[in-house]
Amino acid sequence: MALDRIETCFATCKAEQRAALGIFVSAGDPDLATSTELLLGLPEAGADFVELGMPFSDPMADGPVIQAASLRAIKAGITLDKVLNMASQFRAKHPHVPLILMGYFNPIYIYGVDRFLDAATDAGVDGLIMVDLPPEEDTELCVSATNKGMAFIRLITPTTDDKRMPVVVKNASGFVYYVSITGITGSGRASADSIANAMTHIRGFTDLPAVVGFGIKHPDHVREAGQHADGVVVGSAVVSIIADNLGDDGTPASDTAEKAFALVRDLKTGTSR
Amino acid sequence: MNEQLANSLRNQPDEHGKFGIHGGRFVAETLMPLILQVEAAWKESKTDPEFAAEMEYYRKHYIGRPSPLFFAKRLTEYFGGAKLYMKRDELNHTGAHKINNVLGQALLAKRMGKTKIIAETGAGQHGVASATACALFGMECEVFMGAEDVERQKPNVDRMRLLGAKVHPVTSGTGTLKDAMNEALRYWVTNAETHFYIIGTAAGPHPYPAMVRDFQSVIGVEAKAQLHEAEGRLPDAIVACIGGGSNALGLFHPFLDDKDVAIYGVEAAGHGIETGEHAASLNGGRPGILHGNRTYLLQDDEGQIKDAYSISAGLDYPGIGPEHSWLHEIGRVNYVSATDQEALEYFALCSRLEGIIPALEPAHAIAFIATMIGDMDKDQIVVMNMCGRGDKDLGAVLPILEKQGKL
Repeated sequence: MALDRIETCFATCKAEQRAALGIFVSAGDPDLATSTELLLGLPEAGADFVELGMPFSDPMADGPVIQAASLRAIKAGITLDKVLNMASQFRAKHPHVPLILMGYFNPIYIYGVDRFLDAATDAGVDGLIMVDLPPEEDTELCVSATNKGMAFIRLITPTTDDKRMPVVVKNASGFVYYVSITGITGSGRASADSIANAMTHIRGFTDLPAVVGFGIKHPDHVREAGQHADGVVVGSAVVSIIADNLGDDGTPASDTAEKAFALVRDLKTGTSR
Repeated sequence: MNEQLANSLRNQPDEHGKFGIHGGRFVAETLMPLILQVEAAWKESKTDPEFAAEMEYYRKHYIGRPSPLFFAKRLTEYFGGAKLYMKRDELNHTGAHKINNVLGQALLAKRMGKTKIIAETGAGQHGVASATACALFGMECEVFMGAEDVERQKPNVDRMRLLGAKVHPVTSGTGTLKDAMNEALRYWVTNAETHFYIIGTAAGPHPYPAMVRDFQSVIGVEAKAQLHEAEGRLPDAIVACIGGGSNALGLFHPFLDDKDVAIYGVEAAGHGIETGEHAASLNGGRPGILHGNRTYLLQDDEGQIKDAYSISAGLDYPGIGPEHSWLHEIGRVNYVSATDQEALEYFALCSRLEGIIPALEPAHAIAFIATMIGDMDKDQIVVMNMCGRGDKDLGAVLPILEKQGKL
């Protein structure tokens, strides 16, 4: 079921000759109500799939934008149960749009791996991206997740060489996520050439769809990356809108979600090939 | 494997970098190839006589090893129990045990052809040691230090700058060691192919916990030989303070299989463990995953990491090296704690009675020793690791001692 939604999503986009657009938002940022409004509206604005961030206090691969979003969400009281509840609402409203949870392992470890996987499956989550679980730690979560039919989406980076690539794609499912720069989220952007080369490289090792993320902020960036990749992911640019629309007291402007949707609509224009 | 080896507590971790359930390699994929390279280079270096000779040369002529094992006669008389010996690692070049590890890793970086170094630092001792080694070997050095620590350890910041290092004050989170380590890891993710990250404590992704322990084990190896020379026997107890725990593992590891030696690790209890304001990961935390390893962490019910607190910047960390978590679970090491106030009292007392101004970190170890050594027999022996000198702490400590009328 979970894998079907992801497969169908990429097959549809391919048939329509465009790149799939993935949007990342941090759950509970800046508060549960705004974050839920944003999440639920992303498909109408043009997101083909959604990555929902599970905030962690110490996000070691994230730049200042996602760090700040995580801290805002934690301060506003986000919990893993609330994240899963947002996922359930999303699934009820959008039966066909893939929903991926993304984050760091500790909150899941503390919640309990089996308990989490059951709850995430019930909530209609399709896959997981775990920043700090490389293949070397597959027995922690990947194996159980895959057994329950949940996609385990692997990160591939510019430092992943020929020797390592088979290790990385071995237990991957759903799609693979190419982190296009050696860096943290929201920082620099890779050149079109380097993305093209990386996609050719990756496709020599796996038939799974490959998406590109990190540093993609404008429709032009989407167009450039989307020529070569099956999908593109935008995160920090969307999350920045939340930060830019906070009042002095930390409450968001009432049209925050609408501004984010406008950006998503704009990004969508870059997806056609 | 013969029986003796199978029963040894000294052959951890396993091939996955695990000490029981602790340790491991919980890092972003960007770093994995690098960590595997570091592991391969480290393994090679262990059997290379040239590397051993180079280490030995710098230990002797640059660090000034072996450090003395000193019989603290006046403190022994004051406590009225077992004899107290101090392993004088505060006499090392740069004033703490940190240089033992840094020189090893810097030589390893050199061997790997890396000329740029990243380091995190809490009290500044590891930063100073890293800056020193980089000056010695002509390497670039980027030090990440919590903004709060930059304030409370200013003399060390000045030393690092003088040595040619670039100090990055870290304002994210609470601006202490945890946040410095996050930023150092982020910088490493960004500069993975050019930089070597010298982690300062026996924590982080495999192979760091084991590698740092091995470079620090010179402390325990020397102490064992020196005490044998002085007293003709093993100590009854050994004691060291613990933040991440590298000085402690350095002392403990060579003694782990000596079953009659009681081992005590002293965590920082800050304002008291019951107040919640402390840095005692084993006594007040539970297992979780942070900074590349599973280990005991201070965290809430949602798995969000809590801020540690200690007057000592070097102990102010919400985690602990994974080998300590394992030694705690199997019961080989007793993990105890001392508060800020207790550490301050023995900071002052040790200065007055021995003419040795201890760093706040080992002052915690002396504070614990004060609670037990008086009950031991006079022919028994306790060895503590005097892992750093207190000059760096005067700015933080003196106003308090003055206010308390203890000067």
